[in-house]
Amino acid sequence: MAGKTSAEREALDAQNRRIMTVFTRAGFDFISPDIIQPADMFLESSGENIRSRTYVFADPSGAELCLRPDLTVPACRYHLSHAADVGAEARYCYSGPAFRYQPGNAGNHAPGEFDQAGIEWFSAPAPEAAEGEVLALAIKALDSAGLKAYRIKVGDLALFGALLKSIEMPERWRHRLRHQFWRPANFHSTLDLLAGARSKSRTSISDHVDAVSGADMPRAVAYVEKTLAADDLPLTGGRSVEDIAQRLLEKSHDRSESPLPKAARERIESYLAIDGPLSDTPAVLQKFISASPAFTAALENFSRRLREIKKRRIDTIGARFSAVFGRSLEYYTGFVFEIEGDLHGETVQLAGGGRYDSLMLEIGAPKKIPAIGCAIQTERLLAAIRAQR
Amino acid sequence: MKSLSLALPSKGRLMEATQLLLARAGLHIERSGATRTYRGTLSGIEGVDLVFLSAAEIVSALKEKAADLGVTGEDLLRDGLTSDDGTIEVLLRLGFGPADVAVAVPQCWLDVASISDLDEISARFYAKHGRRLRVATKYLGLTRRFFAEKGFTSYRIVESTGATEGAPATGSAEIIVDITTTGSTLKANYLKVLDDGVILRSEAVLAARMAIIDDMRVKALITQLAGHVRPR
Repeated sequence: MAGKTSAEREALDAQNRRIMTVFTRAGFDFISPDIIQPADMFLESSGENIRSRTYVFADPSGAELCLRPDLTVPACRYHLSHAADVGAEARYCYSGPAFRYQPGNAGNHAPGEFDQAGIEWFSAPAPEAAEGEVLALAIKALDSAGLKAYRIKVGDLALFGALLKSIEMPERWRHRLRHQFWRPANFHSTLDLLAGARSKSRTSISDHVDAVSGADMPRAVAYVEKTLAADDLPLTGGRSVEDIAQRLLEKSHDRSESPLPKAARERIESYLAIDGPLSDTPAVLQKFISASPAFTAALENFSRRLREIKKRRIDTIGARFSAVFGRSLEYYTGFVFEIEGDLHGETVQLAGGGRYDSLMLEIGAPKKIPAIGCAIQTERLLAAIRAQR
Repeated sequence: MKSLSLALPSKGRLMEATQLLLARAGLHIERSGATRTYRGTLSGIEGVDLVFLSAAEIVSALKEKAADLGVTGEDLLRDGLTSDDGTIEVLLRLGFGPADVAVAVPQCWLDVASISDLDEISARFYAKHGRRLRVATKYLGLTRRFFAEKGFTSYRIVESTGATEGAPATGSAEIIVDITTTGSTLKANYLKVLDDGVILRSEAVLAARMAIIDDMRVKALITQLAGHVRPR
């Protein structure tokens, strides 16, 4: 459909006004981030996955710009350019269009141009209370729009990070596992590799790894220099001889590392299999407490957050926790949630959000700024409300 | 009956090999009309009009329904289609125009053999330079899908339409995705293909829009060509 009729536009505006009233009454400042954004910001912080769905173009001077694919990064940029003290607490809300290319026939529920309403909350003093508050506000906003039935799904990426920390292994392995969290097939093959279930076959660089076995850094550097000189290889690709030598040494150390024990592997796998009612989750998670304090601390945060959620009288009866639930945007770092509804017998995501503590630093903040937010797909919400009986 | 439009390569080795194959199959190109260089008919099968385009234009022509059938490189075809497209299908692999689309990195990266190595170095590269690893390529679709499948996300594509293999030396990218036949161009530019870096083993293909594949003339064309293909 080439555009909205005046009646459709008015219905959507009326709904969005009710949503924004909920947010502004809760103390969130109604801002209008730019629709046109510098492309670099999105591309460098989100990687190619987002780029392939972002409308990127050049202005007449050749600068690369984009239509914002969501409003979180634009709100972060707003904060960085407007706030007198970027580290001070700030609450923002917004409502407006976002743009994402939809390959193929994604259908009417996923248009390339859609309306998003949401909030972002920087440097909130009590993290778990703020997380409970953001979930409560999202639900209140959906209520105010007239949604009657919904399901809450939550996850916690910090819990997974803490679980890995509670298991003894080289930090590089943790990094690899965390990194593959979003891709189940890769995750399991990485786990197989670390657990020694798969033999490490020789690769085209195995000779180099052999050559630095037992060497210290200066000797590894000397080896790299000698090898490059012998084949007349220029040093290109933006990495130094030291970068290359250091990784060769790490690979050599990896080889002598003993494989991940069976029990550790089972611990990871049984954690990831958790999927059940939210209220039962703390009890289920108790089983993963070990001598290491890392997981215990993360579990305490989880339980505190759950108390904060219940304190706000959110109906958690149908709410579920899933350990593998991490949403598809990789910038989330802790609590994540999604609120789903029904649309003509299909389950659709109406709202989602979570904690993203490292994004601000990545897009140029002078220091780490804790952040949490959520966004509502307002057109989908309107369709779901109209479809309900 | 409406004529079917078959798009053939208009230049280079792809054109020569296509004409040879057609000739072996007893099908002859008859160029016609005022625009004789760009249009023609196929003697041997009634109701097939020929149009001569560059290999890249043939993919666009199929997508835009300006052509019903086309002979083009599989690399260009797969790159131009989304994976779940389903509107254009490869009917026959033609055995000529072999080329691998592959990921190559500087040979001086002695510590990098696979995509997972790229993934590992990307974090340190980002911390050091404040930007992602850059991949020079003209194969945007193939590159994105391949890296997404392999779980490598921390990179940026720098579009490159010519002399892609020179990008790492000039500093406009660190990595390339390009076609390679013998590997000698890569070697001359001090690049190496990753152990798991071959994205596609491409060759020339006969492709068609799904809507017309049941047409008798299409079946006749496939039958006549199939016996004369020399597999890659």
